Amino acid sequence: MTTFDHGDIQLDELALDDEIVRRAGVATADVAEYALWLGDDALVLAQQLGWWISRAPELEEDIALGNIALDLLGHARSLLSYAGSASGRTEDDLAYWRGERDFRSSQLVEQPNGDYAHTIVRQLAAAVSMYELYSRLQSSGDATLAAIAAKAVKEVAYHREHCVEWFRRLALGTDESRRRLEIALDHVWPYVGDLFRDEPLIDRLEGIAVRPSSLRPAFDAVIDALAAETGIVFPAADTARGGGRRGWHTEYLSLLLAEMQVLAREHPGATW
Amino acid sequence: MVTPVLTDRAHLWKLAATVVDPEIPVLTIEDLGILRDVEVGADGVTVTITPTYSGCPAMDAIRDDLLSVFRREGIEDVAVRRVLSPAWTTDWMSEDGKRKLAEYGIAPPSGHSTVSDPHVTRGPIPLTLATRCPRCGSADTVEISRFGSTSCKALYECRACLEPFDYFKVL
Repeated sequence: MTTFDHGDIQLDELALDDEIVRRAGVATADVAEYALWLGDDALVLAQQLGWWISRAPELEEDIALGNIALDLLGHARSLLSYAGSASGRTEDDLAYWRGERDFRSSQLVEQPNGDYAHTIVRQLAAAVSMYELYSRLQSSGDATLAAIAAKAVKEVAYHREHCVEWFRRLALGTDESRRRLEIALDHVWPYVGDLFRDEPLIDRLEGIAVRPSSLRPAFDAVIDALAAETGIVFPAADTARGGGRRGWHTEYLSLLLAEMQVLAREHPGATW
Repeated sequence: MVTPVLTDRAHLWKLAATVVDPEIPVLTIEDLGILRDVEVGADGVTVTITPTYSGCPAMDAIRDDLLSVFRREGIEDVAVRRVLSPAWTTDWMSEDGKRKLAEYGIAPPSGHSTVSDPHVTRGPIPLTLATRCPRCGSADTVEISRFGSTSCKALYECRACLEPFDYFKVL
């Protein structure tokens, strides 16, 4: 089993990840950076949804969000393993031993769980955009990214259906559910624009990455259809400063990372 | 030292195909379509498997079971490789597997996967096909939750016999 150094700390590399990396080869620095964008989105969102287990409004939702989080964690593992291949780091190195400024997740996914409406609104934006992204990334010139995307898109199709149904339920349910949904939209929707910002990195990955801004029309088509069906008015989307892909985050990411990383950092190399 | 007895590929495939899914022990990994390849090379045997879902926690158990099945036959040099492409689909489940699944009390996938084609974008409203109750055979069933006890299953209820049941959903 291979080990990598962290100063005086040794972490074991998981055999499965080695298999992914060995087969796929090594990512270039640019491809690794792009894989971090997608992998960090999936990891942060998985961590957020996992919080709901035992706290969701229905037992079925505990299970649904747990399953969705597990799929996302699978995507994160593949993407971070691939990203780490560029610098000799494992998925665990990247998940547990990077600080907030090194995370490349969008500002959307780090927004707090809030009440169930907040989680559903955040999930709607994330799942609809991920579905469009992975649909296109299947044709990437990078074989590993294409394989991860082809796998992920099938799972995200279920995630998308789940949150679209819940959006309808909250929008058309009771006055209270609609009121709470509108509050959640006011809080969460400003961060949606961060998913569709192009960075200079994208110019260097022509044919490999999917240009974020190119996803916007397909995303808007789904949202417009939901707006027409439910009469909900979506706020203007691009009002937050954004910059998650540059490591600029809102205060919520550091709190999430503190909880996610504490065990690995308190007990380096621990196994169970 | 035990000398590995490497026999023909068909025999090794059969050996690998005895490993069952830890969550659904009536199905072998061959029935599920996640056993993709068995190769014999100079370094030993390489078994290639693919996950049903990206985060499927059963993959580790399946890998360990594969290693012990071969070890029991005196074959020590075995590598288990995980591949993602082509992405697994319920279309690869064998007819025999679907029958065994129904006998076990889990409704097998009905219909075929639709999202494997990148140019086909499904709308927000999915097309639902009738799912038969594995206990009484009635098609008068209703979905309780699209997410069930494992990633690959949904939870249904039969309106005829009133029993809840698992459905292996199409992927």
